[in-house]
Amino acid sequence: MREVAIIGVGMNDRWGELWEKSLRDLYVEAALRAIDDAGVDHIDSMYVACMSSGLFTGQEHVSSLLADYLGVAPIPAVRVESACASGGNALRLGWLEVASGASDLVLVGGVEKMTDVDGSQATLALAAASDFEWEAFNGVTFPGLYAMMARRHMHEFGTTPEQLAAASVKNHHNGTMNPVAQFQMEITVETVLNSVLVADPLHILDCSPVTDGAAAVILCPADQAKKFNSQPVKIAASAVATDAMALHSRESLVTIGSAKAAAEKAYKQAGVGPGEIDLAEVHDCFTISEICLVEDLGFTEKGKGGEFTESGATALDGRIPVNTSGGLKSKGHPVGATGVAQAIEVYKQLRGEAGKRQVKGAKRGLCHNMGGSGGTSAVHILEVM
Amino acid sequence: MSGIVGWGSSVPKYRIKVEEIARQWGEDPESFKKGLMLREKSVPGPDQDTITISVEAARYALQRASYVDPGEIGAIYIGSESHPYAVKPSGVTVAEAIGMQPDFHTADLEFACKAGSQGMFLAWSLVDSGRMKYAFGIGADTSQGAPANALEYSASAGGAAFLFGREKVVAEVIETHSYATDTPDFWRREHEFYPQHGGRFTGEPAYFHHLLSCARIVMEKAGMKPSDFAYAVFHMPNGKFPMRAGKILGFKKEQIEPGWVVPILGNTYSGASPMGLAATLDIAKPGERILMVSFGSGAGSDGFVFETTSELPALQDKAPKLRAQLADDPIYLTYGQYAAFRGKIRV
Amino acid sequence: MTVARIWRERGRRYRLEAARCKGCGKVFFPGRLVCDKCGSREFEEIRLSDKGKILTYTVIRVPPPAHTYETPYAVAIVELEGGGRITAMVADCDPEKLEIGQNVRVVFRKISQDGEKGIKFYGYKVVPA
Ligand SMILES: [Zn+2]
Repeated sequence: MREVAIIGVGMNDRWGELWEKSLRDLYVEAALRAIDDAGVDHIDSMYVACMSSGLFTGQEHVSSLLADYLGVAPIPAVRVESACASGGNALRLGWLEVASGASDLVLVGGVEKMTDVDGSQATLALAAASDFEWEAFNGVTFPGLYAMMARRHMHEFGTTPEQLAAASVKNHHNGTMNPVAQFQMEITVETVLNSVLVADPLHILDCSPVTDGAAAVILCPADQAKKFNSQPVKIAASAVATDAMALHSRESLVTIGSAKAAAEKAYKQAGVGPGEIDLAEVHDCFTISEICLVEDLGFTEKGKGGEFTESGATALDGRIPVNTSGGLKSKGHPVGATGVAQAIEVYKQLRGEAGKRQVKGAKRGLCHNMGGSGGTSAVHILEVM
Repeated sequence: MSGIVGWGSSVPKYRIKVEEIARQWGEDPESFKKGLMLREKSVPGPDQDTITISVEAARYALQRASYVDPGEIGAIYIGSESHPYAVKPSGVTVAEAIGMQPDFHTADLEFACKAGSQGMFLAWSLVDSGRMKYAFGIGADTSQGAPANALEYSASAGGAAFLFGREKVVAEVIETHSYATDTPDFWRREHEFYPQHGGRFTGEPAYFHHLLSCARIVMEKAGMKPSDFAYAVFHMPNGKFPMRAGKILGFKKEQIEPGWVVPILGNTYSGASPMGLAATLDIAKPGERILMVSFGSGAGSDGFVFETTSELPALQDKAPKLRAQLADDPIYLTYGQYAAFRGKIRV
Repeated sequence: MTVARIWRERGRRYRLEAARCKGCGKVFFPGRLVCDKCGSREFEEIRLSDKGKILTYTVIRVPPPAHTYETPYAVAIVELEGGGRITAMVADCDPEKLEIGQNVRVVFRKISQDGEKGIKFYGYKVVPA
């Protein structure tokens, strides 16, 4: 297998409610920027991460649609869907294609156009990431599943609503320094706790928003990377793991087994441990997921995620800065794009291009992207070359 | 011997008080409470209908007759004026939910408030004739009264299920009689949401004529008089009518009261007299006689004479009793919640 | 949702029909063709108990379209006696008074419906016991 590097990245100017942009506008804009950023004159193959263009816009078969509009047909293009982990899963497939020697230049893009449906339709589309027949059918929503994890985490470990809120406050703070972020404003623990309840105990400010957006990266063999880019970033590990689909079928309601399994594989691949990670982008679709993930990725012990977050250990100047981009909470969560955008944040941090939110001397970063209530996790470890 | 081998009743958890409805329409609650002898009524939750209520009542009946294999039940009849579908049987859903095998006969019955007793009549007849080992007769309703109409104070929700058989009978059917004429006191046309009624015409020529006639004939057929009965259950459109009917026939208040659940339940239509019978079976002792006479607008009555057996007491505590269900921490609704639950306002 | 999709699950939704692995005893709801624990493909048909305990719960305040009219409503993950877990709506309760560990009973209820003209979907919910 060949080593693989990221040599170019692209996103929209800013994520959010992009009323004037269609799914294809969003994607092609980000993809063209990645192509320009890498300075490549062609790509050999493309992976499109998109969770639910069907339910959100009525359009399927978006891999070909987007290859067409990007002007790269007839190259092969494949859509990757694993709910919110679509981006991470697509990144792994792109990595595999380059690592295997099958292609040299692969574009991995992610996109979601979520605001072409109303709120309740969006709730329904997202609920399709659960076990539809045995969870969503019985009235549980996506925030509802995470709320049940939160309630159980509180019950088992004494985690508090304030500790959950701390993750949101920190991520909003980081987002104020990210020009792409949907919400660039500071909030307080009180604002979170006083915001409306979505699914008890989760308030609206515990939840990532509905977002339109796209993100794209260009991969190439590491030994060719410097031809295009003076500061490429190496993919030191790429791992995906699955777990029981329904939350009620999991061995533990407070452990994200897929995250643990994918992280274990990724750490082994990269030959490092959690202590050697300089920063991490983790899938904070809800505050409780960030709390569970800092535990399950090994940054702190099980049950201590709340305390750990509240202590500032995951802040920009903390022991392990988490979600320097603002995370899904502040940057926004256009589902299919999220996993790709996480890699872009780590790429920028490793290149020292993160501006005011720059983690000094960052050499190695991890991204964790999750689908459903934990049915899929993708973990990537990126390193400076 | 043939008769009831298991019974169960089901009442929704939600209630609305007469005061709350009266307040909504600027009426005097006391006049309704006195006039109808009614304090509150049950309200079905948004997830309850005739089918779900029938399932719960039937499951309780099977919990009592726990030795019965649902596969041996040959028929299930559900009487209701609020079957969830205009076309599609309620009976098949209930049968599947309680684990009956496909070899059964079913029919959804309608005859205003006597649809339930019709089901009991059919079920018992099939069992008594030896055509089948067990058969279910169920009466259940989630009835609607138009807003601000007098019916709105009484139209409630609930049901009772009776499993008939020939062995381990807890209440033997001694005699039956049915009595009907074309008397249009109350009706609902297809596609209409609320029923219409003939006002005071629903009283003497309808309820009292049919119910009293049927009661007198079934007692005569059985060779019995009111003093031969420990209990009497008459259809309960409100609190007043059954008490008055009982008095005319020569029954004492004490004979009627055990099954007189209407003041805190309301009128459960097809479920009304069956639920009165269920409440009576919940507390009756062996060797007691029960007279039950239903009434359905349109109009007619079914009369039953039951005699309880020594098998009865052992089954009474095996499933929740109706009065215990009524007393179990009801949830009181505001008029607004009630209106939303009942689809009176669209949300 | 098509009628076939609803119809084929009626045994599970109406009667909690489930499967127990003959290899290792693990209980599956719904049943499966292969056990994820021991790999066995032999199962015994069982019915889950109608009694259980709340493992965790929430109150849904932003519902999908099917449940708009009954919001807010509670949902719980319930561990049933003798094995098997379900996610189910908690009916007939004050959501503020629910607790982890609380005993519940499975009941038969209308879950949702296919609009104003379509089929009604029945299934299981739980109520405080
Ligand atoms: Zn097994």
